[in-house]
Amino acid sequence: MTQSGLGNISIMTRSLAWAIICFLVLPITVVFAVSVTDRHYLSLPENGISFQYYRNLLTSGPWLTSILQSFIIACVSTAIAGVAGTLCAIGCWRLSNKASNFIRLLMLAPIMVPTIVYALGIYQFWIDLRLIDSYTGVIIAHAVTGIPYVVITVSTALAGFDPRLEQASLNLGANMAQTLRLVIIPNIMPGVVSGLIFAFIHSWDELVIVLFIAGRGVFTLPRRMWDGINEALDPTMAAVAAVLILLTICLLVVDIYARSRRAS
Amino acid sequence: MTALVETATMPMRRHLRFNHTTRYWLLIAPALLLMIVFYLYPIGRVLWMSVTVPAPGLDNYALLATSASIQKMLWTTARISVVTTAITLILAYVVSYALVHASPRTQRWMFLGVLIPLWISVLVRAFAWFVLLRREGLINTTLHASGVIDTPLNLIWNEVGVMIGMVHYMLPFGILPIFANMRDIDQRCIAAARGLGAKRFEAFWRIFLPLSLPGVVGASILVFIFSLGFFVTPALLGGGKTLMIAEYIKVQILEVVRWGVGTMLAATLLVVIGGLLAGLSRVVDLRKLFGAG
Repeated sequence: MTQSGLGNISIMTRSLAWAIICFLVLPITVVFAVSVTDRHYLSLPENGISFQYYRNLLTSGPWLTSILQSFIIACVSTAIAGVAGTLCAIGCWRLSNKASNFIRLLMLAPIMVPTIVYALGIYQFWIDLRLIDSYTGVIIAHAVTGIPYVVITVSTALAGFDPRLEQASLNLGANMAQTLRLVIIPNIMPGVVSGLIFAFIHSWDELVIVLFIAGRGVFTLPRRMWDGINEALDPTMAAVAAVLILLTICLLVVDIYARSRRAS
Repeated sequence: MTALVETATMPMRRHLRFNHTTRYWLLIAPALLLMIVFYLYPIGRVLWMSVTVPAPGLDNYALLATSASIQKMLWTTARISVVTTAITLILAYVVSYALVHASPRTQRWMFLGVLIPLWISVLVRAFAWFVLLRREGLINTTLHASGVIDTPLNLIWNEVGVMIGMVHYMLPFGILPIFANMRDIDQRCIAAARGLGAKRFEAFWRIFLPLSLPGVVGASILVFIFSLGFFVTPALLGGGKTLMIAEYIKVQILEVVRWGVGTMLAATLLVVIGGLLAGLSRVVDLRKLFGAG
């Protein structure tokens, strides 16, 4: 019996489901409409559309600096989370005993524990280590909280990978590093890519930790958006949001492509 | 003879195995060290401060029973989280139900509609709602222009606005676990019930619904936990008037600088969530729920 053979649910349920999906998607599109306004405040365009706020964004020093800072932080923290998370997932997968199960659960902590709790702790810690408002401080905090996303996606990819291939590689004389580089990593690459994308988005979008441990020196994009929304005047904020939505959709397409390759 | 060889090679084999295990532990080590030093230790400090600052003892925790403003905030947090979770679950159940019964093609499009919002920055989503809901926002101006209302509706800086934004944020987290569970339900059970004379609703109510409950339990705890500690959307759409615990903690630390109260509330939040997760782990596999099965 195929999935489509079961498609006899009432038209009401189906329309309700589509209405809910519209509730998910449509409100977001309002950002595009507001971003091309010709007025000086947040509103719909009145006498035709204008791209002045996109021009504003491209020539505004503060916004561009924030974007660059967020990009650097996201890249470095993703690299750290990617390496640590991938190796950890592989180690746990091979051990697969009680201890490694516990460690995999432990690695999920940053997703389950509210960020505000962690933000207080790392704020205190960075005050002691004098890492407040530094790239190093933000990068470490984002890397550690990004590890779960990599562990999750790589573990999922490993679940479909035959452990005997690894054993064969080791028996044929390859050492651990060669086995990792030539046998395991290429086979789980789509999972690693997914994890990297998630970790990148996590850092790129992270506000709560940054509110505590960064100040005027490291002023990331979410931090500037936070101020932008609270001031609620400048439509440039809408242009930023529109650009971010388009970038996110591009990343989503890359991820779907990576997953479909894994499936095939 | 063979026995002799076996005993002779045994210590060597054990040595080899030990070596392998060590190697795998070395792979785990970087992540584990990062996690212990830069995650668990800072959280440990929060717990420690909650019983030592400003003076050792449980004075901070006594505020839970005595401070009216803290009790009001806790009550607001609980109320918003419960209502958000309930609404999210009902909507998520409908979407998941339609998803499992859709053709693969329709399913792909619906999934896209669920995943796109999940991926878009939470700040962008809160901003979109802000544009729609505020007093001079799109909903109020449209309704006013079309003559439906005379005075603008209060859709923001109150619990209504916070709940709308939160349900929007939480829906994908409700849909994914419920859908994953529904997909595994053997549809032949429903067919059998129908074949035995059950009406459509009866088959749903007595067979499908009970079978889908584990997914609902998992999704509800997940959404409830995320709601309890949610900062961005409640802070932006609540506008400082509807205070939930995460924003309250931020104010205690960054504005009033009362570390004792802030860390005590953080510790309380952590204990409540830990308790919920411990309860949940008896019903469903946590790693599976978070996608690391």
